[in-house]
Formats: sequence, C-alpha cells, structure tokens
Amino acid sequence: MKEIQELDLPENLKYAKTHEWVKKDNDRVKIGLNDYAQDQLGEIVFVEVPEVGDTFSKGDEFGNVESVKAVSEIYIPVSGEIIAVNENLEDAPELVNDSCYGKGWIAEVKLSDPSELDSLLDKKAYLETLKG
Amino acid sequence: MENQIGTSGLIFNEPPLWEKSVPGRCGMSIPVNDVKRVKFDKGLIRDSVALPELSELDVVRHYTRLSQWNFGVDSGMYPLGSCTMKYNPKTNDVQASKQEIANVHPLSGDDASQGALKLMYDLQIMLAEITGMHSTTLQPAAGAHGELAGMMIIHAFHEKNGRQRSKIIIPDTAHGTNPASATLCDYESIKVSSNEQGVLTPEAVAEVMDEDTAGIMITNPNTLGLFEENIKKIADIVHAKGGLVYGDGANMNAVMGFVKPGEIGIDVMHLNLHKTFSTPHGGGGPGSGPVVVTKELEPFLPFPVITKQNNKYSLSEDRPDSIGRLHTFFGHFGVMVKAYAYILSMGAEGLKNVSEYAVLNANYIKESLKGTLNLPYDRPCMHECVFNDEKQAEFHITTMDMAKRLLDFGFHPPTVYFPLVVEGAFMVEPTETESKQSIDEFIDAVKAIAKEAKENPELLHSAPIITKVSRLDEVQAARKPCLRG
Amino acid sequence: MRYLPHTKEDIDKMLEKAGGSSLNSLFDCIPDELKTKNGLNLPKQLTEWELDEHMDNIASSINASRKCKYFIGAGSYDHFRPASVNYLISRSEFMTAYTPYQPEVSQGTLQGIYEFQTMISELTGMDVSTASHYDCGTALAEALLIALKKKKIQKIAISSLIHPSHKEIIKTYLKPSGYELVEIPYNNEGLTDFDQVENMGDLAGIAVQSPNFFGNIENLALAKKICDSKKALFITSFTEALSLGLLKSPGDFGADLVAGEGQSFGLAKSFGGPGLGLLAGTKKQMRNLPGRLIGKTIDSNGKQGYVLTLATREQHIRREKASSNICSNNGLNAMAVAMYLASVGKTGIREIAQQNHDKADFLKNELEKVGFKIPFKSPFFNEFVAIAPQDFADKRDKLRNDKGVYAGIRLEKFFPELKNHYLFCATETIKKEDIENLAQEVK
Repeated sequence: MKEIQELDLPENLKYAKTHEWVKKDNDRVKIGLNDYAQDQLGEIVFVEVPEVGDTFSKGDEFGNVESVKAVSEIYIPVSGEIIAVNENLEDAPELVNDSCYGKGWIAEVKLSDPSELDSLLDKKAYLETLKG
Repeated sequence: MENQIGTSGLIFNEPPLWEKSVPGRCGMSIPVNDVKRVKFDKGLIRDSVALPELSELDVVRHYTRLSQWNFGVDSGMYPLGSCTMKYNPKTNDVQASKQEIANVHPLSGDDASQGALKLMYDLQIMLAEITGMHSTTLQPAAGAHGELAGMMIIHAFHEKNGRQRSKIIIPDTAHGTNPASATLCDYESIKVSSNEQGVLTPEAVAEVMDEDTAGIMITNPNTLGLFEENIKKIADIVHAKGGLVYGDGANMNAVMGFVKPGEIGIDVMHLNLHKTFSTPHGGGGPGSGPVVVTKELEPFLPFPVITKQNNKYSLSEDRPDSIGRLHTFFGHFGVMVKAYAYILSMGAEGLKNVSEYAVLNANYIKESLKGTLNLPYDRPCMHECVFNDEKQAEFHITTMDMAKRLLDFGFHPPTVYFPLVVEGAFMVEPTETESKQSIDEFIDAVKAIAKEAKENPELLHSAPIITKVSRLDEVQAARKPCLRG
Repeated sequence: MRYLPHTKEDIDKMLEKAGGSSLNSLFDCIPDELKTKNGLNLPKQLTEWELDEHMDNIASSINASRKCKYFIGAGSYDHFRPASVNYLISRSEFMTAYTPYQPEVSQGTLQGIYEFQTMISELTGMDVSTASHYDCGTALAEALLIALKKKKIQKIAISSLIHPSHKEIIKTYLKPSGYELVEIPYNNEGLTDFDQVENMGDLAGIAVQSPNFFGNIENLALAKKICDSKKALFITSFTEALSLGLLKSPGDFGADLVAGEGQSFGLAKSFGGPGLGLLAGTKKQMRNLPGRLIGKTIDSNGKQGYVLTLATREQHIRREKASSNICSNNGLNAMAVAMYLASVGKTGIREIAQQNHDKADFLKNELEKVGFKIPFKSPFFNEFVAIAPQDFADKRDKLRNDKGVYAGIRLEKFFPELKNHYLFCATETIKKEDIENLAQEVK
C-alpha cells in the first residue's frame, strides 16, 4: 500500500473525510473515490452505483465498492439528485483502481445546496485527517 | 522435514462434461415403455435439453478423476478451525443407505413409517440429554437454518409476551451466520467486544442489555477456542431484562459430558450434526442443524412434531404457538440416521472421551507451536487454538502463504482470517480422531514452513507447488463472473 | 473405541506437553459450578455388528421395501437411480471434504458444481444457478425475500397451488419481518386464477408452481404478462424436476427467479430429506442470489480452474447485511444430481420424462374405468387429481399395509373443500401391470 506522501490528490478537487472526491461543474458535481480509498481497497471487483433520479442527503450511503473479500460503503459528500452514473463500471470495475479521477468516476449529482461544498476539505486538510 | 507426506503422483486432466459429449451415447439404463405414448401439445414442450451425452464409463471416469483433485478427511488431517472435520464413520453411511431407510416416502403415513419416526424421536431425546435441554426439533437443514429457527423462536416468544424487541447482542467473535440470522428476524445486531483474555465479561453485556433487546447469541466455547467462563452471569443479566440466551452449538464437540448448556442458562441452541456428530460435510452439505430448547420454549418449536403414545409414534401439526414449518418434510432424515448411528456407537463414555481427546489434541498443538507462531491468547484452550502471522511479518509472509504451503506438505490448512478479532488468524481444530502421530507430523510441517519463511520466503509466496492448480485469480473470477459453461 | 486413536502412552506424553496432570485437568478453565453433575444418560455403546442388528430392526418397521409401488409424489418422487451415481457420490474425496475454501485442493468439488450450475441453468433456462439450497420450499422462500428486498414493496402474492408445505415455509420466513402474503385462488380447471391478481394492489413478486400441486401445467405466459403489468418479479417453482426434461423451461416464459426441488434426479426419497434445493435467476439477479456460486478463472500459471466467487453477498463477509444466512447447503446432493444428469443425458431425460407422462395418463384412464372421476381437464405431467369412489379410503389403507402399494395422497388435509379427492402419481418405475393391478384392487 502507498505511503501518505505517495498519494495522488489533485489540488483542484475537494475531498470528504470518507475518502470521496468532488469536482464542481456549475450546479452539478462529479463524485468518485480518491487514490487513498482505491489503494486501501485493493483490487476492486464490483461497484454498486445508485440509480439515476435517486436523491440523497449529504453523508448517506449511496453505493458500495467490493474487493474479493470485503465490502465498503460509499457516502455521498453533498446532497442532491443523481443525474448520471458511470455505467462502464459494471463491466470494468477496475477503472476505479486504474483511473480513480478519470474513467473511474462514480456519479454526477445535481446539488441541492451548493453551500455544502464549502464544508469539504482541500488536499491539505484531507491529508491532515489521514495523519490523525 | 524428512518423509513429507504430501507428494505428487499421476492425476488426470479432465475437461468439463460437455466437451466429452458424443451424440448418441447414454449412461443410464432406460426402461422400455409399455404403455401408449401420449403426445403433448407442441406449445408446452421444449425442443431439447442440452445435456451431455456420455456412456456409463465416461461418467465414472469423469467423476473419479475429479475426485482425485479433492482433499477430504479420508485423505489427510483437516484441522479446519470451527468446522470439526473429524473422521466420518463408514457404518453411518451404510445405515443411511439401507433399503427401507433410503426408500421411505415422507408422505407414507405414520403407520408405514414407525421406524423412521422412532429413530427421530429417540435422537431428539438423546440430543436433549447431551445438551441438558428439554426438547428438540430436527427440522433445520443446516447450522445456519438452526440459527434461523432459534431466532424465530426467540422472536415468537417475545411476540407471545406481547412486546416485540428490536435488538440482539452478538459478540465480536461470532460466526457471520449469527448476525445474518438475526437480520432475517428483523433484529438489529449489537456488537459486544470480548476482553483482552478473549472472553465476554458480564460488565460488557450489562452495558448494552436493555428491555428492547431480545437476547444474546453466544458461541461457547467461542471461536477463539476459549470457554466463556462468565456465561452464567451473562445469562442472568440477560434474563433479568426479559431477554433469552441463544447458544451457537458449533463447538459442542469440546464439552460433551462436561457441560450441559441447559444447566448454565442457555434457552435455545442449535447443534451441527455434521460437526459434533460425525456426519460428512460433503464438500458443502447436506448438514443438519437440530435446535434444542428449554421447557418454556417448547411450544414454539416448528411443526410437525413427533409424539409418542402407547408405543406408537405420530406426527402432529396441532401447534398453535409454533413458529411454523421450516422444511418441506421433516429435515435431513438421511443425515439424522448417521448421527443416530454415531451416538449409539459411542455411548455416554465414548462421547465424553471425544471431548477429552479433542481438547487434549488442541492444547498439545498450542503448546507445541507457540514458539513458532504467535499465540495472541496464551491460555488453556478447548478444542481449537488460534495463532497468527505476527512472527512472520518481518519476512513478509502471511497466514495465507503458510496455509498454501501446508498443502504441499499434505495437510489441509486451518481456518484462516477468522475469527475477525485476530488479525491474520490461523485457527487450528485437530479434532479427537487425529492421532499423536499425525498431529506430530502436522507440527513438524508448520515448523518447517516457519523455517522456510525465514530462509526462503519466495518459496512460500509461490506455494502451493505440487497441487493440480496453483493459486487462482479470484479477482478475475469476481470481476468477470463466468458461472456456467 | 475404534474411532479414537489415543493410547495410554500417547495421552501421557501429550498431557506432559500440554501441561495437564490428567485429562480432567484440561477442563479446569471451566468453573466447577458450570460443570454438569449429571453424567450422560444414553443407551449403552453398540459394536458395529450390534448396530447393524439394531438398525435392521428399525428398518423392519418401515414399509418401504424394494417391492413397494409408489403412486404418490407431492414433492418426493420414486425414480430409478443408477448404481454408478451412488457409487461415485460415495467416493470419500467428495463426501469427506468441507466447503471448497482452498481451491487448489478442491478442484473436484469446484468443477463438479460448476458443471452442476451449468446444467441447472440449461434445464431452467436461466442465466445463473446457485450451488444449491436445502430444498425447494426454502429456496422459494429465499426467492420471495429477494423480491421483497429489491422491490421495496411489502406485499407479495403466491399461487394457492404451490406445494402446501412450501406455502407454510414461506409464511414462517416472512412472519418476523411483517411482510404481507396473499394467496391467488385456483379455478375449476385446477390452475391458478390469475384474473384475481388484478385487485391485489402493488406486489413485489408473484410466485407460481408448475406443474402445480395438482400436477397441472400452469399458463406461465399469462403469469408473465400479469407480472409485467404489476412490475412484479416473476418467480416460478417446481417439485418435479424431471418435468424440465420435456416441458418448456421457466426461462422460456421470462421468469426472473426459479426455485425447484432436485430430488427426482438420482436422490433417494429418504423420508423427505436431504433432497436438493435449486435456485436460479437471470443475470440481473446474480448479485441478489443467496449462497455459494462457483466461477471459472485461471491460476498463477494461466491454467484454467474454479473458485467460490461473488462471496461479498454472503454472511461470512457481509454479516448482518448478507443476502441470506445460508452457509452449508446441499453440495453433495448437487454433485449427485450432476452425476445423474450426466448419465441420463440429452436423449435419456426426454424419454424418461415422456414415459412419466405416458404412465400417468394410462393410470388416469384405468382409474376412470373403475369409477374415479377426473375433476380438472388441464394438461398435467406425472401427477393428477382424481375423485375416488366412496369405499376407496379403506381399500387404500389395506393396499398399503398388505402390499406396500401407496395409492394416492388424500387432498382434503390440504384443501378441506376437496373431499374424496386424491393426488395420484406415476413414474417410470411403475409398470403397466402395476397400474392394472391397482385398478383391479380398487374396483
């Protein structure tokens, strides 16, 4: 597994303590699992994504990610409605390992409260939570 | 290690059945039709069924070859912790396949099936006696099915008392089936941790037990192989708040003749006939998971029950408080016959010996290997002991590596990575049917592997070497599931 | 005792190492007050030969000799079982292995069950079959739970012509969670009356058995249509697996989940267990299925092999969130069924299935000749309902007691409105003269 200094955590993204990343694009955001999460989970074999149209509140469990012998929940970092999910993950869950910020994204969400973005962490603050 | 018992010999490659299929072959004697052929409406029937076409010898050779890729108790020592892989006596199988026993139809009626009913009735009594409980149902088809029955009985008990509860206490050492069974009864599992000695304390239970908690599920001895010495006090705490105590009897093999769960506060428990009572595991069943209960819980047992009057046995469904039916007929009768034959073959003294030797074997292994492997709970154990890979960490050798290497030495590995409270757990249950000689060979093998871990870790990473296949790619199997040919 | 290898000398040496002064001292970790003061009161130990004698005595009070004739089914069927199947399944490498947790030394079980899954998928017309369940009733209850959990609707409907025991199992499984169960009545053709479903509101699923408990073949195409209109999962079941050798499969009609009993394929009746629960589904349901699944993969040298897979559904990983609590299933019986299917093969299964229907039809005609009435005119497989003449009940008991002939199952016990109705069955084990004799006896 990677040491903390080896982690790839792009500066332009926001992070949740539960290891999701968020990228803002006007009133919608893209969400995925960050490098730390994919590294800790190991080889991902299945990602259960929510359904388009579902709505969630910040912190809700909105999916699962599975390795061969473990299941981890994915929590939604912001409240809103799912407007797209990454359907490629069904046949290629390894995209989360190979490209967690690119082709391995999980869902797109239409924000119901854009101010929630302010409560998310930047790279530096997120790294602090890992050290703690 | 000299004279290692694992070796390689001639085995055969064998493709899936359908690759051997040749149109026109059939491996079964087909009766000659002696009545008029009656054609079905075309709309109801299918074109054909794509089953393979093989001769009888094709089939025999196919499965003989497959069997040779398998490891069973009859092949070698199988110290799979928590699974009680003891010798499966051959006479038991002979009894279960006796003409009348194998051939009796479940709806023959009481008159025609007296022997079958008597056997079940007597087995119920013997299991109640062994566990110190009042009544038995033989209906559950496996251990987990027994747990479900037990949970339903607890659920029905609270329902009858007019106030349902929402939670159940489950220790961190429990089998995964415990919380899964509780969920099926809509109970939320409340985890309680064992202490640094590996057992539950009354204090920990008292802290979570309340009047919204239906009860507690306890495995005793627990999955660390340790006797829950506070069981009586814990039962008192749970009872005082109106809860019930469920006993997971998976480890009953350790205490027969020494402890009767019914005398120490257990209200309902299941037994695994395929563990304690020597019936074969069959590569994943069929098992049998009878449930024993106190007198108070007897009305809730699943129906039908067997009654005896004037030396005549009959099935009764007139049970207003029963949880209902759990099996299409009466459970796994064929498995019950084997357990019945086993108990009769052992007798009271024999069963007590079983527990004595099971515990002796486990303690002997524990003391013999504790310098070689790390022993997280260094105290007298019951029928199994749990080590881990802490001492091998510096060589980057894991429990999995050692387990796989044991295969090359001719042993089935212990249970690995369970219980969850021990990281890298290596859980050894030798059972009473292993001799000192085979256990010594096992101990020598583990010591030899620990030495290899230090001197040649690469060898362990690539183990097993002499098996038919090497380590399999489970990631690919799960990412791109291919579940049929 | 011959199963216990310990000599006095072994015990002494082992005690020395284990740090105990006696065998009893090993139990010092159990507080005295928790130890039993009462010994075990069990029958005296028997030698192997005494056990044989004892079991012979038990067997002699069971009326199930080789001469018995079974004109009854209802979930447990009398079929021919090849000697080779019994012989092969007794190989101890299969019988004395555990669940294949170590695939490198379990390829026999794993490939065998993979082949089983393949053949069951083919027979049921489904994408995926599990590695087995306890019996049809429990498999069907699990199928209903899948629908209830996935659809998030609290109500489910089952045909009243599902096997009565299966209906009871379903009630037992659904009760603690408080789900609502409704039964769809049957009509005067002995079929499920799907017209009644309309007013049942939203349903998570609809379950239908075919051939149904009366032996009649249900209109599954209609059932599918009703399910689609309700957006309910379409669940089917069967107790007579042999029917799949001839009849269209549940998959042909678009079933989502299929539960079945596999006892007919080479397993002993054995007083009703262990049989074999079958559970299959569409690819969409794959991750909702309970229990073991075997998948194909490769080893580190690129060689083909098999492993337990998709284990994250199961209790040992997902614990309280598992799709079911099942652990041990009926693996050895699944293997036996695979052996049977490999033996009977493509042409054999069709011929035997057809013969079952032929014999049952002949039986029906012979019974009609001696005064029985056939209340339902629907197509059936190897079971059918007949209304008996008044004096039949006594003759039936006598036939069983004197000749070991089991003539029909009384339906009134399960359907109080069906007085004097009996469920008859005939399989390939019944000869023409057996049927003629029966007709003579009950005339």
